[in-house]
Amino acid sequence: MTRQPFILRNPSALVVLALLAAFTLAVTLMSAAYGSGVIPTSTVKVLGKTLCLALAALAMDLVWGYLGILSLGQMAFFALGGYMIGQWLMYARTEAIVAASLSGNPIPPTAQELREAVANQIFGVVGSADLPLVWSFAHSLTAQLVLVVVVPGLLALVFGWLAFRSRVNGVYLSILTQAMTLALALWLFQNDSGFRGNNGLSGLQNIPGLDGVGQARLSIWFLWASAAALALFYVLAAWVVGGKFGSVIRAIRDDETRVRFLGYPVEGFKLAVFTLAAMITAIAGALYYPQAGIINPAELMPIASIYLAVWVAIGGRGRLYGVMIGAIVVSLLSSWFTGGRAPSIHLPGYTVNWVDWWQVALGLCFVLVTLFAPKGIAGIFDRLAGILPPRRHGRDLGPDQGALQEQEAKA
Amino acid sequence: MTALLEVDGIAVSFDGFRAINNLSFSIGAAELRAVIGPNGAGKTTFMDIVTGKTRPDSGDVKFGESSKSLLRMNEAQIARAGIGRKFQRPTVFEDQSVAANLTMALKASRGPFAVLFWKPTAASEARVAELAAEVGLADHTHRKAGKLSHGQKQWLEIGMLLAQEPRLLLVDEPAAGMTLAEREQTTALLVRLAQTRAVVVVEHDMDFVRRLDCKVTVLHQGSVLAEGSLDHVTRNPDVIEVYLGR
Repeated sequence: MTRQPFILRNPSALVVLALLAAFTLAVTLMSAAYGSGVIPTSTVKVLGKTLCLALAALAMDLVWGYLGILSLGQMAFFALGGYMIGQWLMYARTEAIVAASLSGNPIPPTAQELREAVANQIFGVVGSADLPLVWSFAHSLTAQLVLVVVVPGLLALVFGWLAFRSRVNGVYLSILTQAMTLALALWLFQNDSGFRGNNGLSGLQNIPGLDGVGQARLSIWFLWASAAALALFYVLAAWVVGGKFGSVIRAIRDDETRVRFLGYPVEGFKLAVFTLAAMITAIAGALYYPQAGIINPAELMPIASIYLAVWVAIGGRGRLYGVMIGAIVVSLLSSWFTGGRAPSIHLPGYTVNWVDWWQVALGLCFVLVTLFAPKGIAGIFDRLAGILPPRRHGRDLGPDQGALQEQEAKA
Repeated sequence: MTALLEVDGIAVSFDGFRAINNLSFSIGAAELRAVIGPNGAGKTTFMDIVTGKTRPDSGDVKFGESSKSLLRMNEAQIARAGIGRKFQRPTVFEDQSVAANLTMALKASRGPFAVLFWKPTAASEARVAELAAEVGLADHTHRKAGKLSHGQKQWLEIGMLLAQEPRLLLVDEPAAGMTLAEREQTTALLVRLAQTRAVVVVEHDMDFVRRLDCKVTVLHQGSVLAEGSLDHVTRNPDVIEVYLGR
């Protein structure tokens, strides 16, 4: 027996890659910088950011849909990735500006003076003039890019190790992840945390060294980068969940105890998936915030992670393409409805204003999907592909759940 | 013959209730043993302790030639050391195919990275097919385990245990919910397995134990009441009083 090549075992991967390429190409041809200009730069940025959110949803699906851990702290890793890249963006750009303004002085500034001036410029807003220790590597793009994956990865590793080895499960684990992201957000809100408190990091859309490029072209570059990252990690995720590893983590989701008695170190598997997902989420964040332009601790508040869980649930957890569709559709709809452009519905005696009512509608959708369509949007594709859950009607014939049922026995 | 498993004076209590009380037990490397006893005698707790699910308050459990203590190991490590457990309810992964269930159980390296880079080989696929045929599921390898009948799930779980190639097999009430024909098949399988490994069958169906035709250990209130052939223990007045007399 020969094993089919990867692409044939995962036909959805090919479709996703083709759609992503077609989408990115179409947007490029309609952009202001490289095409007709039908799509304004701000919309290109929204689309690029949406792809990053889809990447975060993909990672969430690994943790929730496949491993069965409802993590309500995924966006902490997303924001941490953003903070790590933001440090370099802000430092390098401020340094360039300060150097330009000091170059007019009769005596050229020393490296020490330049450093102090940059620190003063960045941290004056929180009443400090010293560069905090956590900014030690901010001058180096390479170092900060490494930190984008290392810092969230380490946090996930330590948090996961502590939580999984004490066998915290289910809703308790969800609460713990939520507490983690809340604690991190509250710490970042403090002015002396070293990350500018609630001001956050700003001006991230200006990429140092690329001043002459302009936002119109930059937005397309980031769109391509986001699409490439999404494609790359889609293939990686499909490979991870496709083989025996995927088999084991789905088994852990369904019956952890049984997997232990098969001899698998359950904690090791959980830790590996949780850490991998945290790093993927962080990369998504590092691509998102340069397009958003600003990051502040409000981005880590638990509500952001809960939204991510809602997208994944509506898209259909346990299907990689499903959660991407969920994240893309729901986040775009959200920004349309809350952007004030959706027409209000005029009822006799009351006007439904979508800015106010969208959250209610989304919440209702979430409840309905959870109750009636646990497979979400991906369930529609399953139905088309003929993957149906067994229809089991009638009373149990045997002593146990799962025994042959009356109708089946007759057939 | 040296013992494969040596349980030495273990005791455990839950909220003051002594579930296991100074229990000692040993079994050879290729032996079939039935453990019987009334409800609450500590049969399941005994299995929980051997497989690492429950830690005893005192005593020791040693396994293998080097008499390694199992008490410092977790469930997964004990399973990797070569102890397999069959639960009373069939517990298979219902959302996955029969082949995937068996592949997961195949003896192989269990670490996350080894599993991530694991690829099916001709040998592994042949072994899965062989196991499926052995438990009568050759035509069902691509079906989801959840679609199997109760009896088929029992057999799938037995197939998964065989795939693990354990040196000691703990089987909890294998005959529960089985038809007469299935019981006979199960008996034959257990007897055959015990030729090459240690098999402990926990059961309270005396008929089934009689079919196994092996040494019997009677548990009562958490300790061993009698041990020997079935005829021997059924003649023991203590056993008659606490178990058979009722």
